[in-house]
Amino acid sequence: MKSIAQDKIKSAVAKLIHRCLTVADKSVTAALEAIDTDSPLERRAAQLIVENNTVAERDDLYCCQDTGQALFFVKLGEEVYAPGLYAAINAAVREAYAGARKSVADPVTRLNTKDNTPAIIELELVSGDALEITFLAKGAGSENMSKLYMLTPADGNAGIVRSVVDAVERGGRNACPPLVVGVGIGGVTETSCALSKRALLRPIGVHNAREDVAALETEILEKVNALGIGVAALGGRTTALAVNIEVAPSHIGMLPVAVNLQCHSLRHGSIVL
Amino acid sequence: MPEKLYLPADAAHIKNLKPGTFVEICGTVYTARDQAHKRIAAAITSGQPLPFPLGDAAIYYCGPTPPQHGNLIGSCGPTTSGRMDAYTPLLIENGLRVMIGKGIRNEAVTQAIKAHGAVYLTAIGGAAALYQSRITACELIAYPDLGCEAVYKLTVKDFPAVVSII
Repeated sequence: MKSIAQDKIKSAVAKLIHRCLTVADKSVTAALEAIDTDSPLERRAAQLIVENNTVAERDDLYCCQDTGQALFFVKLGEEVYAPGLYAAINAAVREAYAGARKSVADPVTRLNTKDNTPAIIELELVSGDALEITFLAKGAGSENMSKLYMLTPADGNAGIVRSVVDAVERGGRNACPPLVVGVGIGGVTETSCALSKRALLRPIGVHNAREDVAALETEILEKVNALGIGVAALGGRTTALAVNIEVAPSHIGMLPVAVNLQCHSLRHGSIVL
Repeated sequence: MPEKLYLPADAAHIKNLKPGTFVEICGTVYTARDQAHKRIAAAITSGQPLPFPLGDAAIYYCGPTPPQHGNLIGSCGPTTSGRMDAYTPLLIENGLRVMIGKGIRNEAVTQAIKAHGAVYLTAIGGAAALYQSRITACELIAYPDLGCEAVYKLTVKDFPAVVSII
């Protein structure tokens, strides 16, 4: 059994959070630098975002003022003993967000928790002796535009495509495009929602290993970009940089499709202890 | 070079803006988002004092991070304007001239903007560090209990945004 102390987890996670909040995913910045567009507005918007991300990294500034709710995807090895894991993660959020925005409030009273806790933690038990912690900062602008469609098996792949395109058409302009579109298909309601969120973590340009699912990703990305929303919703061809789909077996009478929109300020990263 | 939009601006000035073009905003804007809008709307309805005069005013939908490294203000990009749609026509009827945010507005807001000679400009969502560098003064003027949702009076210089509804 490998033992990992609470303090070690806390300091490593706090560092991870700060790095993610100041350095957006570099593949997004690279894609915007290389943007192919004939719209001067879209080109200018892309330049401004590239400039923003460059300044944020250089000057240690938050690349977006919505430093988000703190999400964690934890893979805990069966041979790891990590007492107080959740407390350590929440302490890291408290520390790392001391200088960032406190964006978490009680849903009924709207009173702010004042330290950006509680973190939202998904725990997965895996084999081995490693503890992997992945952080994702999720802002309200894009999360608010996410949707769950409870389709029937008769809706099939055409229904899946239609639903994802519908979600982007309705919400994409508010979600700070260019987007990464996370799609979860199958399971029950929360399975598909969780998959759609995890799908955001896949590197841009990497397709699902299943050929049929990868083909759906390609088809939907084309249709989403044909909507003409463009960078910063100013009109253009680059509405999304990727459509990432994850699937899980579902009931014979069900076809849940969850769509999670991610803004271009894609702030995520992992550590392994 | 993009045109400059100097604030405060009146209806005659706004009328000359070209839809679908970038402008660089210079002058005074007030930050307000969800909870500040709720309070401002309640103050209008009940005749209570407002945190700033609404006549020809500009509101920037924004909740900044705390300042870093001794800067005047933290990162301060636009938030989703549509969440303020429920309150916006009332504010426009009471003099609000300029709104800066991101995303789409509903039909009632669009109609109020057109009827009263106001304007909605789209700022680049997620360009918060860049916008931070275009602020030359920042003063907390109301609702400090709201934290990042408090009302700040900002002076902006060369603040890029696109004329979207006019």
